[in-house]
This record gives sequence, C-alpha cells and structure tokens, in this order.
Amino acid sequence: MAAKKSESNFERPDGRKINETRPITAKVGVIPNADGSAIFAFGETIAIASVYGPRKMHPQHAQNPKKGVLRCEYNMLSFSVNERIKPGSNRRSTEISKITEWALEPVLMLEKYPNAVVDVFINIIQANASTRCAGINAAAMALAQAGIPMKNLVSSVSIGKLDKQLVVDVNKHEEDWEEGEGATDIPITMTPDGKMTHIQLDGKISTEQLKEAVKLAREATKKIYEIQKDALKKSVEEHK
Amino acid sequence: METSELNGEKIRKFLSEGKRFDGRKPDEFREISIETGVSKNAEGSAKVRIGKTEVIVGVKMDVGTPYPDSKDRGNLMVNAELLPLSSPHFESGPPKFPSIELARIIDRGIRESKFIQLEKLCIKEGEKVWTVMIDIYSLNDDGNLLDAAGIGAIAALKTARIPEYDEESGRAKFGELSNERIPLMKELPISLTAHKIGEHFIMDPNAEEEAISEARVTVSSSDGIIHAMQKGEAKEMEIEQFYSVLDLIEKTEREIFKKLEKHLK
Repeated sequence: MAAKKSESNFERPDGRKINETRPITAKVGVIPNADGSAIFAFGETIAIASVYGPRKMHPQHAQNPKKGVLRCEYNMLSFSVNERIKPGSNRRSTEISKITEWALEPVLMLEKYPNAVVDVFINIIQANASTRCAGINAAAMALAQAGIPMKNLVSSVSIGKLDKQLVVDVNKHEEDWEEGEGATDIPITMTPDGKMTHIQLDGKISTEQLKEAVKLAREATKKIYEIQKDALKKSVEEHK
Repeated sequence: METSELNGEKIRKFLSEGKRFDGRKPDEFREISIETGVSKNAEGSAKVRIGKTEVIVGVKMDVGTPYPDSKDRGNLMVNAELLPLSSPHFESGPPKFPSIELARIIDRGIRESKFIQLEKLCIKEGEKVWTVMIDIYSLNDDGNLLDAAGIGAIAALKTARIPEYDEESGRAKFGELSNERIPLMKELPISLTAHKIGEHFIMDPNAEEEAISEARVTVSSSDGIIHAMQKGEAKEMEIEQFYSVLDLIEKTEREIFKKLEKHLK
C-alpha cells in the first residue's frame, strides 16, 4: 500500500510510468540456421535466443528415457557491458542458465521426445539490466517457433523497488538506485494464466509489498505475452 | 538420492493427511544443533546438524584489494562444496550447479541483508580491505543442506575473530587472532526453504522427501524483512500458493530464530 501512496509524486529517471516497460522489440526467426530463434529487447537490453533440436542427446549418459531434456545456456557477450567481462561461463551465468531452464520447462511437453535434447542458447548482445528476463522471453518465442509442443508461452519481467516505490522493468540506472532503501530487484516469470515459473529477489522488502510486486508482474507479463504472440503470428504470416 | 515410486506415492498420500514418515508436521523442523569452534585454524567455524544432515562452515579472512565499485568496503566470498564423502550422489571434480547455487543463495542472503558491516572492514580506502571468505562443506546429506548451510554461515561468522594485522608489511598475521570480532548487525539473516510436493508445502525435507520435491522457494529474511529469494526447480506455482509459502516461511522463521538465539548467545 505504501507504494500506492507515493505513486503520484514518484518520478522515474527516464520519465516512465511505474507500470510501464521500456519499448519492447520482439521478432522471431532471426538466426536462419536455428530450428527456432528470436530477439527480444527491453529498450537497450537486447537478447537473442536460438533453439536447436529436439536432437539426439550427447553425451549419451545424459539421456533421459522418459522425456526430452531442456538445456539452456545464458551468455553475456564480453562487450555487452561497460567493463568487459571475461568470455565464457561464470557462476552467475551458470545459475541464470539453470533458472531459465526451470522458468521454461513447465510449459514444454518434452515427454514426446525421450532421449532427446532441446538446446536453447541465449546471448545478451547489449545489457542495460533485466537481461535474464529478456533472455527468457526470447527463448520462449524461439521454442514456439521451433515447433516444440508447448502448453503455453511464458513471459518474464523484472519488478524493482526503488526506495519504497515499486516499478516495472528496471534499467541499469534504477538497478543501482542508492537513495532511501536502495534498489530491490525481483525478476518474475509467469504463464499467461498466471502461474509463476520463476521468481528471484535481491534487496529489502516486506511480505506485503512483495505480494504487490507479484500483482504488478502479473499485469506486465500479460502485456508482454501479447507482444510475443503478435511476433509469432507475424512470422507465420510472412512464410505463407 | 532417489526415492522409489512406491515410497514417493506413500509420502504424497501421507501429506494429504498432514502426516510425514518420521511423525513430523508438514512445517516442523528436525532437531537443530550447532557446535562452534570446530576447526581451530579457522577465524570462525561451526558444525550444524539438522536431523542427520550435517554441514561444516569455516570463515577465513585475508587482506586484499577492494573491488573498483566498492573501494571503501571489505569483500565477501562464499563457496560451497558438496563433498563425495557426504553422499553417494556427490562426485569429485569441478563445481557443478547444485554447489554453485547453494553458495550463491547463501551469499545473497548475507550480502543483501548487510549482516556483515563491510564498510567497517576497510583498512585503507582503495588499497587494502579485509576479505571474508565463507566456505561451506557438506558432511552428511539427509536433505535440506540449504538451510543448514545458512545457519552454519551465521554461526561461523558470529564466532569469528579478525586476524592480527601487520602494519609494516600490510599483511595479515595468520595464526594470530586479535580479540576483535567481525562487525555484524544484530538481526540474523535466516534463510529457509519451503518445498512443494504435490499440492503440499513442507519445511526441512529429509533426503527422501527432497528427492520428490517439485519446486522450492528459499527466502532469506531478517527481522521480518525479505532480503533475498529464489525459486528452484521447474514446477510452476499459483500466485495464491506463492503467497501461502511466504506466510509459511515467515511463521517458521520466527520459531527458528528463537532456537538460534538460544544457541548463539
């Protein structure tokens, strides 16, 4: 409730409304070699995802005879941030890769592909916060385009708490918020019918306000879902 | 750990009647015991047992250079290893995802709550600061290593003493501990995990229960304020279910807090 009180006089650094995402770009079919691919951007945060498979799982001991395996790899290009990051995986990217698998898996019907693997490669080509959310959104679209049977899409957004104010889709400037209670970052992924497949949190927040944050994410992910769906429809029409 | 399908079915059936194999209630923890000062060369150390699950946590400190974005603050590093001696399911070799995740969850709980007053661990701004290294090792895995590790980290930090600092060489005098404690906040950042089995949520699973857990939520909070959270595993969760998890963890946290306060006095 505290969030609502200050809503009227809170100004975001880039002038957005508290429930407004940055301009979203979403396009499907950006990597010709891939079985499915997509680009998704929240403003200056740009993620591309490509899907290969279902294909035979190597190494063989990693095969699952009951269902196909989803394998995600999240990677930030070394020049995607201000200070160059060492190429290759690190503890952060290893965790985000797994989180991404967990966020996507509930909507995939992988039982149709025993012993197979579906590989999803996510690359962040330009970063301005909320990269894992952009990556998940791109991956969901790429999986749909690859024709992997899915019960639904998933849509991801970061909710931020800047001092005491909740906002939707944090950028880097907001992520580094220092005034008052500082910044709390809450990436959330949901299905269009409101099931949560992923949530993380860093910062400082009460249980009550966290519930408010989930509601904001519910509204924002509905809008993102429509954009993802439109992009997918467009790609089908183009190929007619 | 693998749980046979038959046992898994039984566990779910029991839970639908609010019961567990070992007679606990769904939100009930096993006996927690904490022993501190278990490794004398460490600056601080603790062994934590939750039922048959056991972890050992050590704190070491060293003088290091600060990160460019925190020139006047000490550094914190958390590392975890799931030792092959602690379970037939852990193998030697480079760290795999479960140990990386465990370390990162504990790291964020401590870091985000600002439990360690890192700003007081600056020796010379931009040049020399103390680095606090927390190492977590599993000794026996009977489920819920996550919560045991979180308690162990707090206990080890609480008892740690800072090494003597040699002004001349600008290095730590290892093996000589000062009487100074690591500057900590009063509120303990407790991190607790709820597990989803079928439509039920339980706290503190044993290995058999953990193996059939479909999703988990770890919440780190101090004094009722949440500082870090992570949902693990792929099963989705209704918003209402998530709200009830938050309430469940909040309630359990108060009970665990009382137990810890007694132990860590």
